[in-house]
Parts: sequence; structure tokens; C-alpha cells
Amino acid sequence: MQGSTVDESQTLNYSQTEAAAQEEEHPDLRMFGVVLFLVAESMIFLGLFSAYLIYASVMPQWPPEGTPKLELLLPGVNSIILISSSFVMHRGQSAIKKNDVSGLQFWFGLTALMGAIFLGGQLYEYANLEFGLTTNLFTSCFYVLTGFHGLHVTVGLLLILFVLQRSTRQGHYTSEKHFGVEASELYWHFVDVVWVILFGLVYLL
Amino acid sequence: MTTSAETSLSEQEEKRTWTDYFTFNTDHKVIGIQYLVTSFIFYLIGGALAAGIRTELATPESDFVSPELYNQMFTVHGTVMIFLWIVPAGAGLANYLIPLMIGAKDMAFPRLNAVAFWMIPPGGLLLMASFFVGAPQAGWTSYPPLSLMTGKAGEEIWILSILILGTSSILGAINFLATILKMRMPEMGFFDLPLFCWSMLATAAMILISTPVLAAALIMLSFDLIVDTSFFDPTGGGDPIVYQHMFWFYSHPAVYIMILPFFGAISEILPVHARKPIFGYRAIAFSSLAISFLGLIVWAHHMFSSGTPGWLRMFFMATTMIIAVPTGIKVFGWCATIWGGKIRLNSAMLFGMGFVSAFLIGGLSGVMLASVPFDIHVHDSYFIVAHLHYVLFGGSVLGLFAAIYHWFPKMTGKYLNETWGRIHFVLTFIGLNLTFLPMHQLGLEGMNRRIAIYDAEFQTLNIICTIGSYILAVSTFPFLINLVWSVLKGKKAGANPWKALTLEWQTASPPLIENFEEEPVLWSGPYDYGVDVSEENDQSVQELLSDVKADMS
Repeated sequence: MQGSTVDESQTLNYSQTEAAAQEEEHPDLRMFGVVLFLVAESMIFLGLFSAYLIYASVMPQWPPEGTPKLELLLPGVNSIILISSSFVMHRGQSAIKKNDVSGLQFWFGLTALMGAIFLGGQLYEYANLEFGLTTNLFTSCFYVLTGFHGLHVTVGLLLILFVLQRSTRQGHYTSEKHFGVEASELYWHFVDVVWVILFGLVYLL
Repeated sequence: MTTSAETSLSEQEEKRTWTDYFTFNTDHKVIGIQYLVTSFIFYLIGGALAAGIRTELATPESDFVSPELYNQMFTVHGTVMIFLWIVPAGAGLANYLIPLMIGAKDMAFPRLNAVAFWMIPPGGLLLMASFFVGAPQAGWTSYPPLSLMTGKAGEEIWILSILILGTSSILGAINFLATILKMRMPEMGFFDLPLFCWSMLATAAMILISTPVLAAALIMLSFDLIVDTSFFDPTGGGDPIVYQHMFWFYSHPAVYIMILPFFGAISEILPVHARKPIFGYRAIAFSSLAISFLGLIVWAHHMFSSGTPGWLRMFFMATTMIIAVPTGIKVFGWCATIWGGKIRLNSAMLFGMGFVSAFLIGGLSGVMLASVPFDIHVHDSYFIVAHLHYVLFGGSVLGLFAAIYHWFPKMTGKYLNETWGRIHFVLTFIGLNLTFLPMHQLGLEGMNRRIAIYDAEFQTLNIICTIGSYILAVSTFPFLINLVWSVLKGKKAGANPWKALTLEWQTASPPLIENFEEEPVLWSGPYDYGVDVSEENDQSVQELLSDVKADMS
């Protein structure tokens, strides 16, 4: 403390400066937090995938006898849609980096649409499969893995819609300040990468 | 000048009131206390269950409670002590200390921090509520197919409760990692970090990597339980061993998640009260990281008798034994630290030294258990119970008490009473050894764990254990009295009652709301006791500190 004069001026401004000071106090760690969170998320999927791989390698026949063959066309198209949506979404971030909010809205809107198509395709596939959740070990794995991933796609979709809603506020996202855009994009990429591995394991292996 | 500065300061800083501790508060110090008090309440509940278990085991027949209730009691006892006492108590200590130790105003994500804490009371109450529908009976390990056969409602409540508590733990770990890695004061490098922060770094990394796998296992177990899939049910083509792998992939690291924070706390307490620099700072720091890494690749030593193939047993036996190396480095470091020191034998130090000796017994029986032939012989016997209680009670709980006696003056501005503290220590230490030492022999003679009825030949030793457990129960009262009495009427402690060098002692006790009145100064390493004194013409640590303060104003 330098002296009483300084202290009094601090007292006056305390409530206003406090909020500002907390934001400038340390560098923005929110993206770092999101990355740590995604490490935990990937460990959940890694756990589920390892269980699946152990079943696949330990069981005498995999998938067990009598499991109907999985149709590849619909999930294949679905995969292409989901993977391309990652690139579409990235253009949204490039747009906001140039302060182009309508560009952000266009590309994020398109991503949301593609995500919704993916989820719709997944539900359509579920409705037309010849087996249920409890038919055998493989089908249980199939539903739990794809369902858990579908849950993540749903969350990602909600995040995108949330960003879209916020982007309608004047000046909410700018070229410097767009944490929501970055975080939802990283999450979406993560969900995509998980799908690629999951597709390889469940449909192709 | 001083007086005017002080009055304006008190105008600036709003005071903490007791109601703050019952709200969604984002101050890491409030959250730390919330964690510690909540977990201590659960310790009392878990302890009451333990006393019930020991009462039942005083006689070979099942006469105090029914075998079903006995199963419920040991299941909830284990779950409470692990997920609601030691893990959150460690998180509470970390919450309180990390920002103070690294000179930060708060954690990296204060709101997330409060969310993480406020998941604990609902998770705990949920678990307690399971007694109304028939608590889980499958042990805290919840192995299928047993867990699929003993009461669906209780088991599912257990799963939900663990999922909530696990999520809380993960959110906490994200905060610890971000805070320690990114929020240190600018001049503080990694090797200026207090060792408690190193151990929390290792702990948080383990939580982040292993806890989600438990969540995955519990999600699959829920499906088996509720919708009759058969992931872990051999009658439907599933494989219970997969559950064991996934469960222990979390639950072995969980052992280190429960002990590492207290390794860190002890590394702080011993040098302060022995007035000596810590022996082997880097060795202790890196051994925390080594334990964290090795801890992730030893899980199958819990499964030596689960049909694990020979080559896998060899691998896990070797890695488990290697863990004794970094752990041994720490124990040697602690012993060398207090060797020849000017020891202040107060309650914190007594608990600290009690920690080292009791943990050593648990650690050594751990090395015995790592060896496959021995493990197969004593698997699921009371030898395991003895081992795990020496590690978790003799280790974690004594370490936690040491930490409370050490940091209580910082948290409240009052000393704990030394006489009550010594009574507490003596009762705890005698009770601990009387309860758990005979269990080694019981196990070697073949008494099974988790069964209410046992052979009459084991009764003498069991009665000794039961008496010991009552002493442990009694030992809680001096501590409670001490806490209440000291908070109300305890001797006032200054900012730095132990004359310690880590940064948390540079602020007032209890610390101000944003921790430091002025920027803290990193004027020495965390453990440079005695080092500076000789260089600076025999100035005491306190004088040096006041010199630093005089320079600032």
C-alpha cells in the first residue's frame, strides 16, 4: 500500500474495478479448461472402446452368431455428412475472426442442420434395425456406443444453437472475443473424431 | 498512515459471515472449508457404520445385525469413507491451499469450483437414502454378477451417487490442473512450487484420466441392472472380468488419489516443524509424478485370482513392485528431513510422524501383496483389510489430521489446543494399531473379509480389533471438542504462527477475501529453513519476513 490517498480512491472505484480486474487478472484459461474437460471425455470413450475391443477379442465369434449384418450405406452417408460438418463449422470461426457475424451465423446454421440430419439418420437407422438392445452382447454394445455418441452430438448441437442465439446480440462475438465459438467448435471436432473411431470399430471391424 | 490504511482496508474488504458457508460461494477458501466440514460429517457417519461392523464381529455368530444389514453396512462404510471422506477432504485441502501457495487470488474457475463442491451433498444424501430401499450389498467394488443380484434399487442409487461424486471430482481436477499450471505468480517457477502443489498436480492428472473410465463401467453396469443387457453377466454371454478391469483402472489410481494429497501435506508439515529444508525436493516432486504414471498401470494386481493369464500377472506384479521405489524415495526423504532437526513435537508433528510410521506398515504389506503367490493366498482375507486400513487410515487420515492441526491457525486465526490435540493423537494411534494390526494375523490364518459370520477360533483377535475400533470412535470426541473450543476461545495465532516460508503464511490468518493484501513476495524457496539464517547474519525467519514487509511499504 502506498498511502491513504491511493486507498481512498481505490475504495471509491472498488465495485466497478473489481469486475474488470477479475477479467484481466490472469490470461483467459477457459479454452485450457475445455481441453482438460475433453481429455476426461475421451477417457470415457476410451473405456467403452476398450471394453468393446476386449469383447471382440475374447469372444469365440464376433459378432456372435445370428447377428444380422449391419447396412453400411446409410451410416456411411451419415458419416460423410458429420465429418464434412466439421469443415463447414471451421469456416464459421474463420468468419468471426474477420468480424463477419452473418458469416458465422450462416456456417454455424449449416453445421447445425448437418448435425440434425446426422441425428435423424441415426434414429431412422435405429427404427429399421432387426435387432434390439438386449438381443446379444454385440447389439448391446452397438446401441450403447452409438447412443452415447448420439447424446454427445445432441449436446454439440445444443451448443451450436446456443452460439447462434447469442450471435444475434449486438457485438457479443467479435474477432478478438469469441470463446463460445471456439469451444463449441472444439467440442464438435471431438465428437467427430470419436465417430470416426466408433464407425471403424462397430461397423467395419 | 498505518491506521488510515487499515480502516480503509476494512471498508474495502467485506467480512465473511457464517452464512457464506451455506451458499453457492465462489471463494476458494469458503469452498475448501465447505469440502472439509462436509467430508468430516461423512467421516462420522462412516465411522459409526464401522463401529457397527466391529460390534457385529465381536462374536462369531450374526447377532447384532442380520447378515444382509451387515453387507449393507460395509458397502456403505467403504463407499462413504472413499468417495465422501478422503477424496473430498483432499480436494478441500487443495482448494484452500493451492491459490494461497502459488500467490493467486482464487482458483482458475471459481464458479466451476463451487459447482464441483455442491455436487457432493446431493451425492452423499442419495447414498444415505439408499437405506430406505435396501442399501447396496455388493461391497464398494460392486462386482457383477453379485451386484446384479442383490437389490436393484439400492445398487442403482449407489451407481448414480458415484457418478455424481465422480463428476464432482473431475471438475475439481480440471480446476487444480489449470490453477497450478497457469496461475502461479510470475516469478514462481515449477521448482519453486511447494511440494503439496506437485502432489496435487499428480493427483489431478490421475483423476482426470482414470475417473471417466469408472463412469463408463458404471454406465454399462446400469444397463445390465435396469434393461437386462448382459455386458457383465456371463449367463447372457457377457464377461464380468471386463468390469473388473474397468473398475480397477479407476479404483487403483483412486488409492493414490487418496494418498498423494497427504504425501504433499506431510512434505509441507515435516520441514516446518523440524526447522530443516526438505531432503530431496526434486526427488519428492518427481516421485509424485512417477507414482501418478505408475499408478495407472498396476490395476490388475487386484485381479490376480480372477483368472488373469500368467504373462499379465507378471507385468502387473513388476509394475506394482516398482511403485515402491518412488514411494520409498518419499519416505526416505521425510526421515532424512526430520533427522537431526530442531523438532517441535506439537500435534501436527505427532500426526505427521504417526503418518510416516503407519503408512510405512501399509506400504510394506502392499509390496508383499504385489507378489502373486502371496496375494493368491491372502486374497479377500483380513490381511487385505489390514493393509488397506493402514494405508488409508494410517496414511490418509493421520495425514489429514496433521494437515488440520498445521493449517487450522491459517484457516481460523486460532491455534488448536495442544493438550486436546495430544490426547486425540494418542487415542487415534493406539486405536489404529489395536484395530488393524491383529487383522494381519486373522488374514494369514484365513478369516474371510465381508462375511458377518466367522469361525469361533478367530474370536479373541476379533475382540481386540473391536476394542480398538471403540477407542478410535472415542478418539473423535477430543478432536471435536478441540475444534469447537478453539474456534470460539482458542489462542489467537498471528499471520505466521509456525514461522513457515510458503506463501500462504504471508497473508493474515484467516486470509483476506482475495487472499493477499499486497502482492506476495517470493523471497526464498519454500523450504529454505536454516539456509538463509546463516547467510544473513543469524536473522530469524520472522525478522527477514518483516524486513521484506518494511521494504514494501
